[in-house]
This record gives sequence, C-alpha cells and structure tokens, in this order.
Amino acid sequence: MSVATNWSIEGKNHEKNFKSIIFLGVLWLSLFVAFLFLIILLVTTAMNGWGRYDMRLFTSYNNTTPADAGARAAILGSLFVVSVTALMAIPVGIAAAVYLEEFADRSKWYNKVIELNIQNLAAVPAILYGMLTLGILTILGLKNKNVVIGGSLALALLILPVVILTTREALRAVPQEIRDGSLALGATEVQTVTKQTLPAAIPGIATGTILAVSRAIGEAAPLLLLGALVFITYDPNGLLAGFTTMPIQIFSWTSAAQEEFKQVAAATSMLLLAILLSMNGVAIFIRNKFAKRW
Amino acid sequence: MPRFNVKVAAVVIPAALLLAACGGTNTDTEGAASAPAASSSEIRIDGSSTVAPLSAAAGELFKAENADVNVSVGTSGTGGGFKKFCAGETDISNASRAIKDEEAAECAAAGIEFTEIIVANDALTIVVNKENDWATCLTVEELNKMWAPEAEGTITSWSQIRAGFPDVPLDLYGAGTDSGTFDYFTKAINGEEGASRTDYNPTEDDNVTVQGVEGAQGALGYFGLSYYEENMDKLKAVEVDGGAGCVAPSIETAQAGTYAPLSRPLFIYVSKTAAARPEVLAFAEYFVANDEAITTKALFVPLSPEQVTAAEAAVAGLK
Repeated sequence: MSVATNWSIEGKNHEKNFKSIIFLGVLWLSLFVAFLFLIILLVTTAMNGWGRYDMRLFTSYNNTTPADAGARAAILGSLFVVSVTALMAIPVGIAAAVYLEEFADRSKWYNKVIELNIQNLAAVPAILYGMLTLGILTILGLKNKNVVIGGSLALALLILPVVILTTREALRAVPQEIRDGSLALGATEVQTVTKQTLPAAIPGIATGTILAVSRAIGEAAPLLLLGALVFITYDPNGLLAGFTTMPIQIFSWTSAAQEEFKQVAAATSMLLLAILLSMNGVAIFIRNKFAKRW
Repeated sequence: MPRFNVKVAAVVIPAALLLAACGGTNTDTEGAASAPAASSSEIRIDGSSTVAPLSAAAGELFKAENADVNVSVGTSGTGGGFKKFCAGETDISNASRAIKDEEAAECAAAGIEFTEIIVANDALTIVVNKENDWATCLTVEELNKMWAPEAEGTITSWSQIRAGFPDVPLDLYGAGTDSGTFDYFTKAINGEEGASRTDYNPTEDDNVTVQGVEGAQGALGYFGLSYYEENMDKLKAVEVDGGAGCVAPSIETAQAGTYAPLSRPLFIYVSKTAAARPEVLAFAEYFVANDEAITTKALFVPLSPEQVTAAEAAVAGLK
C-alpha cells in the first residue's frame, strides 16, 4: 500500500505542467509572506529595544522615569504565576486525560458530553476564563482579586483543556499491545497505567504541557480583567500578593506617553520571546530525543 | 524500559519544574525577608490610567524614604477604580474627574468614608496633523459641532466646521467610554457627560491617537498634555477659544485656569478607614507636600499655590 502511494505521488511530481508550477508558487509565496512578517516583527522589536538589553531590565522595578524602569517585578511575577499555574493545571489535566483515555466507558453519554465539552473549552476566548475566575474569587470571598492565586487559577483553567487534549493524544499513541501485554502478565489496570502507559507517553505529555504553559506565559487578557497591577516595587511574595506579569507590563509601557518606555517594552518583549522560544526548544528537544516509534 | 524511564524522568522533571523551582526559591527568600511588613504596609492604589503615573511617581519617591512601605498601582479606569474603592479593596483611588453622586452613594452604602485631594492639573490637548494649516484655533462651539451626538454621520468634513475650511474628511480620535478623560471632554464640549458621537476611533491607548492623527491630514484627537509634549515633533496642538479668546494649552495656562474649559484637575480619593493606618496618611501628606517634584516627574502640571492650600486642608482633614 505504501509503495503504491509513493509511486503515485512521485508520478504527480514529475508532471511539471503549468498549473502545478503556479500552485507551488502560491504555496511558496504564502510561506514567504508569513515568514517575512515574522522577520520584520522580530527585527523591529529587537531594534526598538536596542540599548536596554542590560542588567537594569532584570534588577530594577518599574519606574516613572523610563531610563530607570526595569521589568524585575514582571519577570518574577510571570515566573511565579506560571509556576503556580503549572502546579495546578498539569496534575489535574493529566489525571483527567488518563481517566478519559484509559478508564472511561466511551459508550456512556456523560463521558461523550465531557469529551465534547473539553474540545470546545480549548477554543473559548481567554477573557472568559478571567470572568469565570473573577466569579470564583468573589464566591470564595477574596477581597483582592489581583493576587497571584487568582491569576494562576485563571491561567490554569485556560490551559487545562490543552493539557488534557495533548495528554490524551500522547496516551493514544501508546500501542494497545503494551497495555495488553502488561495485563496478560498479571498487572492490574492501575499498574498498567502507572508503570507502562503513562511512562511511555511522557515525551508527548511533556511536549504538550510545555507548549500549554508557554501559552500561559504570553497571556494578558484574563489577568487584565482581574485588575492586574501595572506598578509594583516589590517581588511577588506569596499566593495572596499583588503581581504583574511581563505581557501586562509591556502593554502598560506601550501606552505610556514617553517614547523611551516603548524601548523598555520592546526589550521586555524580546526577553519574553526568548523565554517562549527556549520553552518551545525544550519541548522540541524532548520530542525528538525521547519520542518512541513503535 | 526502566532505563528509558529514568532518562526521560531525568530530563522531563527538571524541565517541567524548572520554572517552579526558580520562582519558588526566589519568592521564598523574598517572602521570608519582607513577609511581616508586606501584609500590613502595602498601599493599594487603583483607578484612572491618566493619574497612574502620578501615583507611581509619588510611590517611588515615598518608597525612597520609607523602604518598608510598598505602593502598588493598578489602572482599572476612574469608574472601575471607584468600584474597587467602594468595595474596600483599595486604599486610594485615582480619578481624572470628580466622583459621581451615584459612586459616592455606593461608597456611603458600603460605609467607606473618603476625602478628595487635588494632586495635579492637566490640559486636555486638541491635536491635529502637522499638515493641517487651517485649524490653529477652534472655538468650543466648533468642537461641539464636531463631537456632538447629532454630528454622527452628518459632520464628515472640515468644510462643515467653519466656512473657509477646506473639504478634507474629518477623522476623529478620542478616549474610550470607560475613561474619565472621555467623561470630562464630553461634559466640557458637549455639555453632558458621556454624550458624544460614536463614529470616531475610541481608544484607551493615547499612542493610538498619536499614530492616527499623525497619519491623516484631516485627523483630530484629544488627550492629556503630556502625550502632546512627548510628541510635539509629530503633531500640532490647536488653541481653544472658550469665549475669552484663543488660548494654547500649556503648564501656565492650565495652572492659571485660562485654558478653559479643557484644563482639568486630577484627584486622588483617600479612604478614611485606610488613612487610620499611619503609612497611608503619611503617603497622602507626602503626595501634597512634594507635589511639584511628583507632577514634574510624571509630566503633569503642578498645583497652583491656592490649590496646594486646598489640598493641604483636605489632607489635614484625614487625621
């Protein structure tokens, strides 16, 4: 079968008629346009931030004098909030996915409803998670909504569907034979999941969750809804402390009057981009290094 | 299989917990150092994004002398800030207009008593494109013709504003409806707070107005004086005739009140409950006592001597 497919593709490729050349040209053009915009964005941002790639960016707090402004509170805030987000979303997400993939009876209507809704949840606009969190925090009676635990909860709800979906994909890629073999050798279902299926799926799960967490780092909308602060001169020092994150700080700087703030914003954007790229890099590394072909 | 798992775990677990670890250690040490002070001596400020740089500047200078007090500033808008303020969530509310009766009633219902303190002046500056050589001074009536709710869909060209103006399409930029700037501008120009045509480009980000007005010959927008001062090379400010001749927006005319009706006072509202805490009271006193340094740092117009006297009296009332 695969031989036949290969042959037919090759056959078409050799047909260098006019239409296929046009088609190929359009594809290349699309790729070029997408790539061009990315390059322009990267280069202009990198250039706008020129002169601010220094230690002040990491060590100074925000300041109304642009030259003294730094992103320390925002960097620490982002890392703290996203760590708490990961601690909340990843265990719950993986557990939910294991249930749905390994234990749930798919013929039952409630499992079908859950499955459908998780897929829909992944497409819900981020700001709605902010509103949901605001409601939860109000019910919990929390006076200040712009606190680390609130922001983390919003982001955890936001990435939870993505974590569940990618974990399920990873579990599905583990061949049924592994499970059958384990069960045949006398392992219980729980032992099969914890000792065989889950470890075999870890590369896929890790890739998916890292990508989900990197989405959380770049998100500003739900946090803005919670009233995230823009001016802070202390490190986030607890789950109930006020916080700011890098996207919020960038957003606030770009709307400031002074031109120099845009420079700080651009430099912080590049830093955020570097963090995102390195997280995605780790994800790709894990996938390439540990992904098993069965 | 087992060996494979160990390798995976060795890479995956540190990778996944890398952030958790960084954030964790950092915050733990910081928390241990400042935890006792942090809970009691944080001054929470929220409200107008226009006033936020002022409170931030005040916070910076205040913190330089009171290292154990943290000042945090949010930008929920004047109205949003009052909601939080009246719910007891914040100690001080920034406002680019005076509190409305219904907002005051909300505070009263929640048992929040407050004091209004004037902290700076601002001049809402009307800006046009550099290539606009016809509009150097506009009367309030002309601005009203441009921005009135009735103008929607009908006033679309400069030639409709004044006989002799060229037939260039009018392209309007203004503040979003959530902002105190919008409330103030509509009250001053259209006579009623919130009454405005809706077919203009509303934005909460004044830099969008800068870009928009810079880009079209017939564009006109309004924002605080500091945005004009930072973008003088790109935009032209229009003089405003409020009935007593054309006056250009500037620090002097805003302070003297001759730039009427578009010069406006900026306020902070201090909760009396919060002012019972010594650091909040000290901050309010510091704000007024160092008003000139703070307003200059944040690019606003300092208070006039009479305004300083009024502000000092208001702070004294907090004790």
